[in-house]
Amino acid sequence: MIPEFGHYALILALCVAIIQGVLPLLGAHQGRREWILLARPAAQSVFLLLAIAFFNLGWSFYTNDFSVLYVAEHSNSQMPLIYRLGAVWGGHEGSLLLWVFLLSTWTFLVAQLSKSLDEFMVARVIGVLGLVLTGLLLFVLLTSNPFERLLPAAQDGRSLNPLLQDPGLVFHPPMLYMGYVGFSVAFAFAIASLLSGRLDAAWARWSRPWATAAWVFLTLGIALGSWWAYYELGWGGWWFWDPVENASFIPWLVGTALLHSLAVTEKRGGFKSWTVLLAITAFSLSLLGTFLVRSGVLTSVHAFATDPKRGIFILIFLVLVVGSSLTLYAWRAPKSTLGGKFSLTSRETFILLGNVFLVVSAASVLLGTLYPLLIDALHLGKISVGPPYFNSVFVPIMVPLLVLMGIGPWTSWKNSDLLAVIKRLWIAALAAVIAAVLIPFVMGEFTWLSSLGFLLAFWVIASGVMQIIRQAKIGKATRSFMGMQCAHFGITVFVIGVTMVGAYQEEKDVRMLAGESVTVGGYQIQLQGVSAVPGPNYKAMQGTFLLSRNGTLEATMYPEKRSYFSSTMPMTEAAINVGLTRDIYVSLGEELDDKAWAVRVYYKPFVDWIWAGCLLMGLGGVLAMSDKRYRMKLRKAAV
Amino acid sequence: MIVGALIAVGLAVVLILNALNSNIALYVTPSDVAAGKSPTGQAFRIGGMVKDGSIKRDGLTVHFVITDMVKDIPVAYTGILPDLFKEGKGAVIQGRLNPNGQFIASEVLAKHDENYMPPEAKHALEQAQKNGSK
Repeated sequence: MIPEFGHYALILALCVAIIQGVLPLLGAHQGRREWILLARPAAQSVFLLLAIAFFNLGWSFYTNDFSVLYVAEHSNSQMPLIYRLGAVWGGHEGSLLLWVFLLSTWTFLVAQLSKSLDEFMVARVIGVLGLVLTGLLLFVLLTSNPFERLLPAAQDGRSLNPLLQDPGLVFHPPMLYMGYVGFSVAFAFAIASLLSGRLDAAWARWSRPWATAAWVFLTLGIALGSWWAYYELGWGGWWFWDPVENASFIPWLVGTALLHSLAVTEKRGGFKSWTVLLAITAFSLSLLGTFLVRSGVLTSVHAFATDPKRGIFILIFLVLVVGSSLTLYAWRAPKSTLGGKFSLTSRETFILLGNVFLVVSAASVLLGTLYPLLIDALHLGKISVGPPYFNSVFVPIMVPLLVLMGIGPWTSWKNSDLLAVIKRLWIAALAAVIAAVLIPFVMGEFTWLSSLGFLLAFWVIASGVMQIIRQAKIGKATRSFMGMQCAHFGITVFVIGVTMVGAYQEEKDVRMLAGESVTVGGYQIQLQGVSAVPGPNYKAMQGTFLLSRNGTLEATMYPEKRSYFSSTMPMTEAAINVGLTRDIYVSLGEELDDKAWAVRVYYKPFVDWIWAGCLLMGLGGVLAMSDKRYRMKLRKAAV
Repeated sequence: MIVGALIAVGLAVVLILNALNSNIALYVTPSDVAAGKSPTGQAFRIGGMVKDGSIKRDGLTVHFVITDMVKDIPVAYTGILPDLFKEGKGAVIQGRLNPNGQFIASEVLAKHDENYMPPEAKHALEQAQKNGSK
């Protein structure tokens, strides 16, 4: 009964979503107040219904109801509870249910937090979100129903892919989807403003915290995924330019551009049509990402078994959304492209340049991701575009962006004395040059690429520190300003991590017998032995390694090779000794002849800075959102 | 400013074309490799099945055969293989042919789910079947 109840809730949600998508929009158009007032209750009901559906699927997993096909395919009675619940979004159908549930959550939040916004705008925003929701609910119900029954019921489930049986599964997908889906709010605001013709600073002020919130979730979601891949896949890399990674990274780049462009629209009323275009693009790219991942057209870590019907449905939906929004955009977007006047040396110019670099980098990643699909579709052969392409295109585009990041925040709106700024910044430039020369020598090897990385990172850091001191002196270190600085520091911490790992990591694949040792990065790693240990739903061969430096023992590490009962697939569980300035990473390969094991060891300097940097970026976003001027709105709303 | 933006876009286009040219790996089926239709002097990818009973170890170096059930290509790889690399399962490998007709793999990609088959490996098998039945 529980699954049918969930299915029923899903169908009801579709019906209400259609009402939510049609009536408020029509009402706003014709000025019918009773239809406009339907927006909020409709959004609240859809949220409630989808929460019920989501809970019911979770319940089926909790009670091991293997008469539900989706549960039988993705769970198993021996799986620990936490992974059984994570398995709710461990496959295609459930992850789509999560998608629509989160979309309705965002809609619900808009309905609750928009009390001070005028009713017409609220009706239009919620209406647009309702239309998007309708499309995706149709998709779920017609092609990917998670509540489908399996009769007769399976004795036990097929279990979840062992790679997914990890705490990463519990956090990474919801975070990432919150970000993906969150851009729908900025999108809906943009469409609503095009419909009403009211593209003003107030609109930007309203969209900005929502876009920032989505961006924060997306940043953290991507970082979590990267970290998960690092420790779980046993390869020791943190980014593979895998198509699905790119699918989340492209909206991130455009979303970052959107945040900056929104700042101009809010403060200066400029860049209006550009901002709207970015809002439309960011969400369209999120949808494209969903299409790429869910349709199975890509070879990727994330590819599930495929069904062409699904791909075509999302593709049609994507074309509808992009086509109709761009048509509306062409028709209604303000004709003056850049808004208020500003000079070449103004902050507007710097933000615009930054935007250009972000969008160009997003386009280059998109091209590399879609190129193999395009070539295949044209029957020109099958190809793959690998990490070298992305590195050689993406990195050079980021260099000028970081240079701009050191200067842009010093400039003022409309017009500024660039010469004075540059004069002041010579100290920052000097600090950067010293760091760029010194750090490579301390690390033991000078390479131009690593030197460039440190130069750029310390350029932004020094410039940022000087600004914070200046703003603090005049008492103008607002939350919004500190948020910007925090996010920019996050970027530099990230760049330092990437530079260090890129230039100074050491990797060794070796054949080891008990008692033998291997040296990486000045650390000795000795194999003590390998023994069998039991787990809840697997058995493992566990290696014992002693990690020491200059003869002193620092840690004992236990990498594992697991085999899960429910599958024939072995799983490598790496052991990582984490440190502020380096990780030591040991993973067990296969057993070779005469009790010898293949072992992979890494020395990864400053690798954790990569994710710490992302965390700082997220924190910066939260700080910026908590700025006084957004809270004033809320307080006013409460009165 | 428009000039600046144009320069940036132009630079990006040059970078992209350049990078695409030198960093694309072509997928070739084992039958095509056997027929000598693989690119020379450039790394490429082969998709197919790892032939049953073909894996032989020599220290860290692994020798195996990749097949589309019509033609076999001997492969050598030094390093640690992915978890799901198995005889009788699909795999995609990247590398170059040496003069003896052996494929020296620099990268071995296996899938991440035992029920999932890389589309390129599937494509190679279908291709070979089609040609065989003609």
